[in-house]
Parts: sequence; C-alpha cells; structure tokens
Amino acid sequence: MLSKKRIPRAASTLPWLRTQFGWVDWVVAAAVLVLFYVVFRIAEGTTVSFTPEHVALDTNPARLPYYAGRSLLRMFVALGVSTLFTFVYAYAAARSRRLEKVLIPALDILQSVPVLAFLTVAIGAFVALFPHSFIGLEFASIFAIFTSQAWNMTFSFYHSLITLPRELDELSRSLRLTRWMRFWRIEVPNGAIGLIWNGMMSFGGGWFFLVASEAVTVANSEYNLPGVGAYAGAAIVRGNLDDVFLAILTMAIMVIGVNFFFWRPMTAWAEKFKQEQSEATEVQRSVVLNFLRRSHWPQILAPARRAITGWFARAGRVFGTDDRPLQVSDTRRRAGDIGFAAVTLALIGWGLYSLLRYLRTTAGLGVFLEPFLLGLFTFGRVIVLVAIATIIWVPIGVRIGSSPRLARIAQPVVQILASFPANFLFPLATWLFVRTGLSIDVGGILLMGLGAQWYILFNSIAGAMAIPTDLREAMDNLGVHGWQRWRRLIIPAIFPYYVTGGITASGGAWNASIVAEVVGFGGTTLTAHGLGAYIAQATEAGHYPQLIAGIAVMSLYVVGLNRLFWRRLYRLAEARYSLA
Amino acid sequence: MTTQKTNEVLLATDRLTKSYAGADGELPVLAGIDLQIREGEIVGLLGRSGSGKSTLLRCLAGLIPPSAGTVSYKGAMLTGSNPGTAMVFQTFALLPWLTVQQNVELGLEARGVPEAERAQAALKAIDLIGLDGFESAYPKELSGGMRQRVGFARALVVEPDVLLMDEPFSALDVLTAENLRGELLELWSSGQFPTKAVVVVTHNIEEAVMLADRVIVLGSRPGVIKAEYRVDLARPRARDGKEFDDLVSTIYATMTGRERELTPAAPAARRTPANTPLPPASVDGLSGLAEILAKHDEPVDLADLADELGLDVDDLFPLVDALDLLGFAVVDADGVALTDVGAEYAGADVQTSKEIFAATASEIPLVRTMLTSLQRTDGGTLRVGFFRDLLAHHYTSEQVAQQLDVATDWGRYAELYSYNAIDEEYELDPAQRTLRRPAPE
Repeated sequence: MLSKKRIPRAASTLPWLRTQFGWVDWVVAAAVLVLFYVVFRIAEGTTVSFTPEHVALDTNPARLPYYAGRSLLRMFVALGVSTLFTFVYAYAAARSRRLEKVLIPALDILQSVPVLAFLTVAIGAFVALFPHSFIGLEFASIFAIFTSQAWNMTFSFYHSLITLPRELDELSRSLRLTRWMRFWRIEVPNGAIGLIWNGMMSFGGGWFFLVASEAVTVANSEYNLPGVGAYAGAAIVRGNLDDVFLAILTMAIMVIGVNFFFWRPMTAWAEKFKQEQSEATEVQRSVVLNFLRRSHWPQILAPARRAITGWFARAGRVFGTDDRPLQVSDTRRRAGDIGFAAVTLALIGWGLYSLLRYLRTTAGLGVFLEPFLLGLFTFGRVIVLVAIATIIWVPIGVRIGSSPRLARIAQPVVQILASFPANFLFPLATWLFVRTGLSIDVGGILLMGLGAQWYILFNSIAGAMAIPTDLREAMDNLGVHGWQRWRRLIIPAIFPYYVTGGITASGGAWNASIVAEVVGFGGTTLTAHGLGAYIAQATEAGHYPQLIAGIAVMSLYVVGLNRLFWRRLYRLAEARYSLA
Repeated sequence: MTTQKTNEVLLATDRLTKSYAGADGELPVLAGIDLQIREGEIVGLLGRSGSGKSTLLRCLAGLIPPSAGTVSYKGAMLTGSNPGTAMVFQTFALLPWLTVQQNVELGLEARGVPEAERAQAALKAIDLIGLDGFESAYPKELSGGMRQRVGFARALVVEPDVLLMDEPFSALDVLTAENLRGELLELWSSGQFPTKAVVVVTHNIEEAVMLADRVIVLGSRPGVIKAEYRVDLARPRARDGKEFDDLVSTIYATMTGRERELTPAAPAARRTPANTPLPPASVDGLSGLAEILAKHDEPVDLADLADELGLDVDDLFPLVDALDLLGFAVVDADGVALTDVGAEYAGADVQTSKEIFAATASEIPLVRTMLTSLQRTDGGTLRVGFFRDLLAHHYTSEQVAQQLDVATDWGRYAELYSYNAIDEEYELDPAQRTLRRPAPE
C-alpha cells in the first residue's frame, strides 16, 4: 500500500474557462442581477424623509409590485435578523450553564407573549430613534416580524446544540478544533435541518405580522409603510373591494412564490445535512434547486466561497480552541453562581418594582382587573374555536392523510393556506358581518379561527400519514371499523400531532384576537368584548398602563393555558401515544 | 515489536479514579488505575461492558476530568484535551456534510495549516490508509469499512504520538473487521505508521491478543486493573496457534472469574440490592438461552456458544449472569451448564415456567425488596420514586433506571407486581397479597 505517484490536483484558478456557459447559467445570472436591482431600488425608498402623520399611500394598482417588493424585503431582513439572533441566543444558552437558567425560561415566556401588542411599543421607540425617516417605521415592522419568527428558530437550534451527538463533541475536542470550526463545521450543519424547517414555518407565520405592522395607529397618529399590507389597509379605509382583491391576489402570489423559489430549494438543499449515514429513500426535491445545480455558477463561485470561508476561519481563530479545562475550582464556581443569581434577581426585582410604581402612580393597581375579566371572553372564544376546528378539520385531515395520493396534493396547499395572512381577509368578513348583521362577539371567533384552524388540519394530516400501514392492515384484517377504529387506532395515533397543532392554533388565536376583536371596513368599526379589543383600544389611544396590564394578563392566560392544559396533554401524548 | 522498559513513557496515569455522582456520594467507575503507555507498543484495554474501559480511554484523551489522580502526557499533567493523541471512534463520528478529504483535513485546519499543505497531507493519509479515489465522496456513499478508514486517516493525518481507538472494529461485520485489522497491523509493522503508540479498547479477547503487545484486563464495579498479559507472539499472528489459544483461554478465565467471587456461594456476604445488581437481561433473552443450553448435555464454552449463535461474547454475559443469579445455570472453568431447576424451567410449559421463575425471582434481592415493600403498604401500590431513592445510594441514575427496568420486566413476567407507566406506580399482584409471607429478616 505504498503511495503511488499521484497527479497533483492543483486547484485550477479559472475553472470556468474549461466549462461551456449554457443558457441555464445566463438565466441564473440574469435572475441574480434583477434581484440586486430590485433590492436596491426598494431600499432606496426607505431613507426618504417624511413626517409620519401625513403619509398618504399611493393606491394606484401599478404600484403594487413595488409594494410587494418592499414587503418581501422586510420579511427577508427579519429572517436574517432572526437567524443571527438564533445563533447568538441559542449558543449562549447552550454554552453557559448560568445563562441557560435565565435565557430558556425567558424564551418560553417570550413565545407566549402576544407579539402584536408589542408592536405599538416598538413603533414608538423606533420612531423616536429615527425621527425624520421611514427607517424607524421599517425597523418597527421588521421587529414585529422578527418577534414572530425568532423564538421557534431559537428553540430548534438550542435543542440541536444540546443534543449534539456525544462523539461529535469528543471529535471536536480531541482534534482541538477552533471554537469557530466547531460552530460552523459541526454545530450549525447539525442543526441546519431543524433550523430551515422551523424558519420556513415561522416565515409563514410572519406574513400575518407583516400585514399587521405596515399600517397601524398608535397614540392617535397613523403610520403607513409602503407595502402590500398598507395598500390593503388603505383600500379597506376607502371601502374599495376591487383593490382589496388585488392586494389579496398579490399576497397569494408572494406566498406561493417565496415558497417555490426560496423554501423548497432550501429544504431540498438541507438534505445534505441529514445525520443518517445511508441514502434516504424519501427526499425533498426542488425544481429550482436542480436548475441551479445544473448551471455552472456553483463551480465558478467556489473559489470566492472558499476565500470567504477561509477568511472567516482565520478570523474565527480569535475565539480560541474548543477545549474544556479539566480542573475547575469548586469554590470559584459556586461564588460565580451566587454572584450571577444575585445580579439577575436584583435586576428583575428592580424592574418589577419600577413597573408596579409606574402602574400605581398612573392607573392604580386595579388596572389588572378589567383585562382579566375581559380575558374570560377571549378565552371562551379560543375554546370554541379550537373545539369547532377540531370537529371540522380532524376528520377531513384524517381522510386526506389516509390516502397518500390525496396527501401529496393537499399538504403543500394547506401549508400555503396556513402561511396566508388571515388578517388580509378580515375586511371581507367585516363586510359580510355588516351585511348579515352577525355580532362581532360571535364573528370574532370566525376571524380568529381563519388563521389558526390550519394548524389543526395540517397536523391531523401529518398524524394520519404517520400511522404505519401494518397497523391499518391489522385493523382491516380484524374488521375494526367505524367508531371503534377511531377510538382504538386513529385518535390515539394522531393524538401527539393533534396536541402540537392545538398548541399552535390556540397560541395563534390569542395573538389574532388583538386584530380580530376590533375590525373596520370603509368607516364602519366593529368592536367585540374581549382582551384583544382592550389591548387594541389601549394601543390606539396611547394608554400605556392599560396596554402593559393587557399584555401581562394575556401572557398570563397563554402561559397558564399552555402549562395547565396543553403541556399535560403533550406529556401524556409522549408517554402513552407515541408510535415511535 | 517488543517494548523495552527503557522506551519513553508517552502517557501515564497515577492512581486515576473516576466516579460519577450518586445520591449517597460518589460511585466509582475507575478506581486507582496506574498505567503507562510507552513508545512502540500497542496496548489493548479489555473488559466487559461497564468496566470503565471507554472512560479510561477518554481520560487518556483529556476529554473527561479525573475525579482523583492524574493523567500526564510526556510527564506534563493534562489540563485540557491531550495534544498528543487522536481518537478513532466506534461509530466513526464522520461529518456527513463533509467529503472524505474535508473530514480528513479537519484536524490540520484546526492547527491553521495552509490549504495547499493541508490537501497534500490529507491525500497522503488517504493514500496510506487505502482510500485512494474516495477523496470527493461523502461518508454516506461509503461502506462501513471504508468509513472507518476515513476515521483512521483523520486521526493519523495529525501524526499524534498515541492513537486512541475506542472499539474501532465492533461496528463492522466480521470479514471487514478482519481485513482492516490486518492492514492496520501491516502498516504498524512496516514502520510507516505515523504514531508512536496505540491504545485500543475492545471487549473482544481474540482481537486484543491479535493486536496488542500488552493486554490489560479491567474488572467491573469499580474498574481496576485486574491482570496484565504480555503478548510476545511473533507478528503476523495466526489465530490457530496453540500459544494464541492458550492465551485467549487464560484471559477468558480471568474475565469471567470475578463473577464467582461475588456470587452467593460465598455465604458470608448477605445479598442486597446494592451488592447484587440485576444484569440487563430480558426474560425472553434469558429463557431463550436456557432453551439453547438445554440442548447441550455438557457445559458449553461461552466463546463457542457466541460463535455458534453469531453473537458477541459481550452480548451473552448479561444473559449468563441472569441465569446464574436465578440459579438456573452454573458457570465454571468448563463453561456454562443448566442446573436441575434450570433444565426444568427450560422444558416447562408457559404457566409452569412462570411459576418456577416467580419462585426463584422473588428471592433475588431487588425483586424481593420491591415485593415485600409492596406487601407492607396498605393499598399495595408504591410510586417508582420510592425505589429510585432506595437505589440512588448505590447506583448512578442511569444504572438505577436500568435496574428498575429489569426488575419491572422480571416482576411482570413472574406476576409478582405490575407497573403503570402513566402514574409511574408499582402495584402488587392480587395473588401476592393473599400470600403475604413473613418478612425475610
């Protein structure tokens, strides 16, 4: 096994000289160029100075593509920020035993907080920071989208960090990799699949917040950002149904387009990060990715990519070597723990104290009572909504999931339906309520459910698809049909999936109540009794003590519901009904 | 290659002890290991599962901190991961998103070796280990043997003083393992091997004798060096030689011997759940083995039996221990044979064998403890936490879970008590309630 004479495999400096430039490459090049142009054109508009109170949105339909571009840009900037946040936050939580104790519970609360209610606070802060330009508003909108995306992604990445296979950790330390290499070559690829899938789901949820954040009223002043959401908002105020339809159409194209051109290729590309050591049978495919792979661009760009990663690898050396000291002083560690706990508790205590003092001097501590009572109305709506959605969508989902052919068609459709921002349809529903005289107290359930219901359907399909064929065949063989089949096979089998769908649906419904309990169309405004309406009104009027109380109470409801109800079901599902 | 005492000591441990936290203080896994690895030798660490051999290897690599004692590399005490070692893993530990060459280059990249130099060194290592032509393949495209070659190339390319191997061949099929072992030894003997010493962890006695200049046998609970054998056979070693066979038999006797010291035959020691752990054997497994043993009239050699069944000896140990503990089989120098009760158990129908099993299982310390505890409570139910706490003084939490798993399996089969996983509660079988027997003490 002596080494044979080897032809040196020098990295060719100009590899594209040897390859024919095909039409595929031209298309890809042109597409990238157009993308850059569009981003620059759109970004140009963001620094235009303005006086926030008097921004009239041009409602010429010809402007819609531009608005769509602005909206998309916001979504992707938010996705980028979410990804960065994910890396930093999850890494800190996974690496520091002390920070973990604070960061992970905080994340748990943050994801239960009604994000929409924060929008106002964010807009106030950002507008104050950048008083004479759209940038403040842009940041506020991006922030709103970010808050809807980041938590899930962070949880997913944190989970992948702490469950890194033991041998990969040992490999990294025994080869004395740099910390950067461990992160970039091992930990990020290891978590990539979860991160991309969660990113896709969160991105879908983000549309809702995009629409909600482009046109808002805070403390009696109206803010508008050029975008599809604001366009629809303007059309709603004028009561112009045609324009509303156009906006809905644009939205649908955007949702489907992003899915096709971005997320499908991403999920297909992520296949290479699968940990399993054999070729998978079921793989994600994407036409766009195959097209890109057929082009020569990846090879042409390879030297540049290598240069960049090489630069990062060298720069990353400053973070040092991945090693853990074998001897740690116990007393020093304990002292550090105590110090950390003391500082954390002091900060939280001080924050609580000043908050209570603020509330006492402004509205009095009784301010919590009203939102608490109103919360019962919204709570009732959430319960009815989840119950109705369950009765309607679980049987349909099971039917779809039981037929592979049907599921193949239906699953992507439902995914897109779930990403479509339901608040876009609110004006139509409002118009319907006004025409039929249906009370918003009841209609609100419908509005909240417009977006939330899909999670139940989606998960029912997934659950039914996961029932092993041999179990179905065994039931057929034993003649188990009808209700008995539901009771003994289907309900237990889809239960874990259903619980996941239920948690997401109920959380989404609470959030949606803020925009669903107060709706308007062309000068008519309908207001329901409920915590969502309370928060919306406090926002509009700029009553900050009430707003804070409303947010706190709603978070309490959501966290309480999750802890006392959903989490128990979840544990039961894991312990008892897991098919794995 | 024989090792002179004068060769440089590369790795050394001094009264190395490693323990894990239990409820009642530390539970030792390794206790007072004194070991030296010298230049020019291959050392085999041999032991049954749970003997702490992998833990010892990771202490040598500086991956886990010793609880007491020290590990040193060329005389300097380790403070972090050992700069003079590289590991080869049982599960290969390849990064599936990197090509073979990228995987091999990892260690060099970490040292900041420039790209061109890195590629050259990696290709040389790939060549050396027989992976020529696979540079640009991804691990999932390779067979198990080829994957482990990548693991070897990756470790060798950094030219460590000591190569540490953690059961490197146990995930491979027999033929592949044999081939890879052979090539590795060929390299070692040819002097092209870029490391000065090798430590290989294994539970396979023949493999240890095949590879090592020195075989160190570790005993279990806690891990201590039980015996050391120098292997002076000329390389390449043939498996069928008499000397080879004799050495394997001697080591085999050492490895199985310890169990008898602790077994109830010694009347002085009272058996308690603490000193009589349940072996991780399912009822199905142990009755299967009993039925196989029933077909043999004479004691069966465990190694032969493992061969016959296509299993590792290591897989058989817990089953044999279980039969021994239940009094269904006896183990001696000739091998393992069923007792009369064991033969009766193996031959009986389902109900009878359950009764035989129940009678003997209820005398086994942990099962007996659980049974009497349940009989003494009014409702006949107890939370699992009660027994967990009881065991926590003597076992790590992983071991506690394992002990309870086995006790649950045995108790259910014997119809002594049942376990409700949702409420995490043990419940006495109604039949046992009426038979309330006097407490054994």
